[in-house]
Amino acid sequence: MSRPAHRRPEYHKINKDLFVLTYGALVAQLCKDYEKDEDVNKYLDKMGYGIGTRLVEDFLARSCVRRCHSYSEITDIIAQVAFKMYLGITPSVTCNNSSRTEFSLILDKNPLVEFVEELPAGRSSLCYCNLLCGIIRGALEMIHLAADVTFLQDRLKGDRVTEIGITFLRKLDEKKYRRKK
Amino acid sequence: MADPALFEFLHTEMVAELWAHHSDPGPGHRPGPSGCHCPPRLPQETLAFREELDILKFLCKDLWVAVFQKQMDSLRTNHQGTYVLQDNSFPLLIRMASGLQYLEEAPKFLAFTCGLLRGALCILGIKSLVTASVASLPTCKFQVVIQKT
Repeated sequence: MSRPAHRRPEYHKINKDLFVLTYGALVAQLCKDYEKDEDVNKYLDKMGYGIGTRLVEDFLARSCVRRCHSYSEITDIIAQVAFKMYLGITPSVTCNNSSRTEFSLILDKNPLVEFVEELPAGRSSLCYCNLLCGIIRGALEMIHLAADVTFLQDRLKGDRVTEIGITFLRKLDEKKYRRKK
Repeated sequence: MADPALFEFLHTEMVAELWAHHSDPGPGHRPGPSGCHCPPRLPQETLAFREELDILKFLCKDLWVAVFQKQMDSLRTNHQGTYVLQDNSFPLLIRMASGLQYLEEAPKFLAFTCGLLRGALCILGIKSLVTASVASLPTCKFQVVIQKT
C-alpha cells in the first residue's frame, strides 16, 4: 500500500538528477576529447552561452520580473530568482567595487557537483561548473548587457567557497531611463 | 535539485555543439555513463528481475516514467534478443515538429537516449546495441539488440 506513495518522490528526484548526471557525463567526455583544461573550460563556457541565450526567455516567461534599474538589482534577481528557479539554491550577493559594476555570487551549495568527489588527476585548472558562467553571460547579453563572468573561487579546487564573479562592462544610461517616463 | 527544463536545454545544446564538431553521428558514444547512474537511484524492490523481458519492461515503464514522465507506448520482441520500443510522442521530439518536417535532423536528438538505454542495460548486466529510428515526428522507435558474449 505504501509503495505508490514512495515511488513518486524518487521519480521526481531522478528527473532532477538527470541534468546533473548528464552534465557530469558531458564534462567527462570533454576531458577525453581535450587535453588542456583551458580548452574544456572554453567549450563549457561556449555551450553555456548557447543555453543562456535561450534560457533567458524561459526565465522571463516564468518569473515575471520587473525591469531593473541597476546592476545590483539584476545580480540580486540572478541569485534570488533565477538560481532558485533552476537549481534550487540562493547564492548570496556581494558588491566588489564602489562604482557597483562588479559583483560576486557566493554558492554555499552547488547541485552540479553533487556527485563529484574531486577533480580528476591532472585536471587542477578545470572549472567543472563553467557552463554556469556561460549561461549567465549569454542570458545577460540577450537583455543587452555585456558582462564578464568567471569563477573566482572553487571548492573543487580547494577554496573555502565557490564564488562566481560578474563584471558588467557597459554602464546603463540612467538618464535615458528617466526621460522615457 | 535541478529544474527539468535544464536537461532539455543542455540536451539541445549538446546536439548542436557535438554535431558541429563530429559530422558522423555515431551511436551515442558519450551518454552511457549517465545511463549507468539512473537505475541505482530507483527503488530497490523494482530491481528484482527474473528474466530479460522483465528488464525491458522495467525500462519501458519505470525508467521512462522517471526520465520522461510517461511510459513507453509499445514493446515488441522476437523473443530472440531483439526488442523494439516505440514512443508515440517522444518528449525530446515533441516540441520540434509533427510529421515529416525535420525528419533528417531527428536522429541526432535520439542519440543521447540510445546511450541512456544502453548504459541502463549495462548496469543491469546486459550488453546491448541500441539504435533509433524516426518515421514521423514525434513517434520514434528504439531497437535494442542484446549482445550475447
